[in-house]
Amino acid sequence: MIDDASTRLTGQDLTLSYDQRVISRDLAVSIPDNSFTVIVGPNACGKSTLLRALSRTLKPAQGDVLLDGQVISSYPAKEVARRLGLLPQSSIAPDGIGVADLVARGRFPHQSFLRQWSSQDEAVVAEAMESTGVTALADRSVDELSGGQRQRVWLAMVLAQQTPLLLLDEPTTYLDIAHQMDMLDLCADLHAEQGHTLVAVLHDLNHACRYATHLIVMKDGAIVAEGEPATVVTADLVEKVFGLPVRIIPDPETHTPMIVPVDRRGTRRDHD
Amino acid sequence: MSDTLTSERRAAAPALTPRGAKAWRSPRGRVSFLFRPRTLVVGLALVAVSLAALVVSVSVGDYQIPISAVPAALMGFGERLDVFFVQGVRLPRALTAIGVGAALGIAGAVFQSLSRNALGSPDIIGFTSGAATGAVAAILLLGAGRLVVSLGAVAGGLITAGVVYLLAMKNGVQGYRLVLVGIGVSAMLASVRDYLMTRADLTDALGAQIWMIGSLNSRGWAEVGAVWIGLAVLAPVIFAVGRRLRFLELGEETARGLGVSAQSTQIIALAAASALTGAAIAVAGPIGFVALAAPQLARRLTRTGGTTLVGAALMGSALLVVADLVAMRLMAPTQLPVGVVTAVIGGSYLIWLLYTEWRGGRV
Repeated sequence: MIDDASTRLTGQDLTLSYDQRVISRDLAVSIPDNSFTVIVGPNACGKSTLLRALSRTLKPAQGDVLLDGQVISSYPAKEVARRLGLLPQSSIAPDGIGVADLVARGRFPHQSFLRQWSSQDEAVVAEAMESTGVTALADRSVDELSGGQRQRVWLAMVLAQQTPLLLLDEPTTYLDIAHQMDMLDLCADLHAEQGHTLVAVLHDLNHACRYATHLIVMKDGAIVAEGEPATVVTADLVEKVFGLPVRIIPDPETHTPMIVPVDRRGTRRDHD
Repeated sequence: MSDTLTSERRAAAPALTPRGAKAWRSPRGRVSFLFRPRTLVVGLALVAVSLAALVVSVSVGDYQIPISAVPAALMGFGERLDVFFVQGVRLPRALTAIGVGAALGIAGAVFQSLSRNALGSPDIIGFTSGAATGAVAAILLLGAGRLVVSLGAVAGGLITAGVVYLLAMKNGVQGYRLVLVGIGVSAMLASVRDYLMTRADLTDALGAQIWMIGSLNSRGWAEVGAVWIGLAVLAPVIFAVGRRLRFLELGEETARGLGVSAQSTQIIALAAASALTGAAIAVAGPIGFVALAAPQLARRLTRTGGTTLVGAALMGSALLVVADLVAMRLMAPTQLPVGVVTAVIGGSYLIWLLYTEWRGGRV
């Protein structure tokens, strides 16, 4: 049932669960090629779970995730890693590992027992560091970096995989506002200039509206709306999904929808 | 794909290799790898230390053999008594020490890597305690000889490792959980051993007690064969998954995102490392702290971020053969079990490790 031949990554009839706890049932999703897709929704709505299923980190209890028309779990692990890169929510940098060393790890799916460090590996790593702006940090230890720098290094590692698809699980968590915008600008550049298809889970609705070309809104494990932010995001939708009365005004900078919570001071009743 | 973009940008970006590493490539680029000169130097130095300790431990003792006479004796020439002591007694003991040290070093590196915890060695996660309990049970309940005691140790170790692994598992294995469960299980096993001891007669209890400290006294060519065959079979298996192990240290999801099959790597590494620990313990008893300290020392000396399996092996060998030399000579003619010496070295190391981790705010 691949109705859209130009969608490289889709999921159909997905039931996603951890042990016995079902998060999503009968979910259908497709990631438009060359889009910057952002998945949003309230806490515990299943957005990270969906991303984990799309990145084959979580095996669906039912249904299939298809990558280029084939069930994703039928590919060898390295083959998937050459097409689809993943930046998980939490990664661990081993004590004392160097920046270039970590970025170089991204070349693993392109390497073999005999070819562990080709000149192409070297060039791609250099390029990935250049485009994330971490070249100057090459000889530093990852431990010594700030949160924002560290996140750029992890992104560089995933870029070194040279995958057309990039999946990012809450890439802006733990960053301050300046570094959040920094990270998102970087993602937008990767999308616009290098033609990556990006899928990101984001917490901040305004960030999502600003950067997404395609928005997926989730609630209770189901997709309740998707499409271009300007057409999808309405005050009704936000109230329905987040239980928060809002006004929507155009962002003065980008003219994308901007969500402003209604002032409820003094009138606030107890929230469930 | 983005290949055209890649080649455009390639000219602009300067080439670079990871810190401290050099690239080696065959002329047509079919074979390429990275090596670290510092790791090479450290490795050679450790080999030199082991060899020096081997020569010294072969030459000194109640019956002194001048170092100049050692080479001849090693090859079977020279005085009859020299040849007897060197080939029949001291050389096998030293070779056992080197083999057991290497086995413990590798196994410790694997366990620490899998648990992502410097304390995650077989000593701490219960394997050693399980092996000791198995051996003590064999000695005290079955009155067994050395071979059965060894088998009891291996069985006890494997069963305990399996139990700890299962208890610690919940959506994959978390390092700290492995350590905590291991400490708990070790404590329980210690009480089982204590109980067995109270029921045993004095000679048996003494034998069991000595076994539990770990010793290389009177180890011969049979033990050399056992531990080195174990190494020859298992070390290549572990080295083959070594690269994947280092990727798992980035976190399971990250590793899987990079195309590393996490579960098969974990299972292969865990099984091989358990068997290697078992072989070492079967031969020398539960010698403590080598598996804990060797991988960390090797890693600090080579300054690699992450595990270095070969470094851990060489460091384990050097530590154990030197410790055994100290054990033999420190209170000569009284021979200490080598476990006493490693416990002193390892205990100091553990305190230092905890101290620096506390200061770094990591524990």
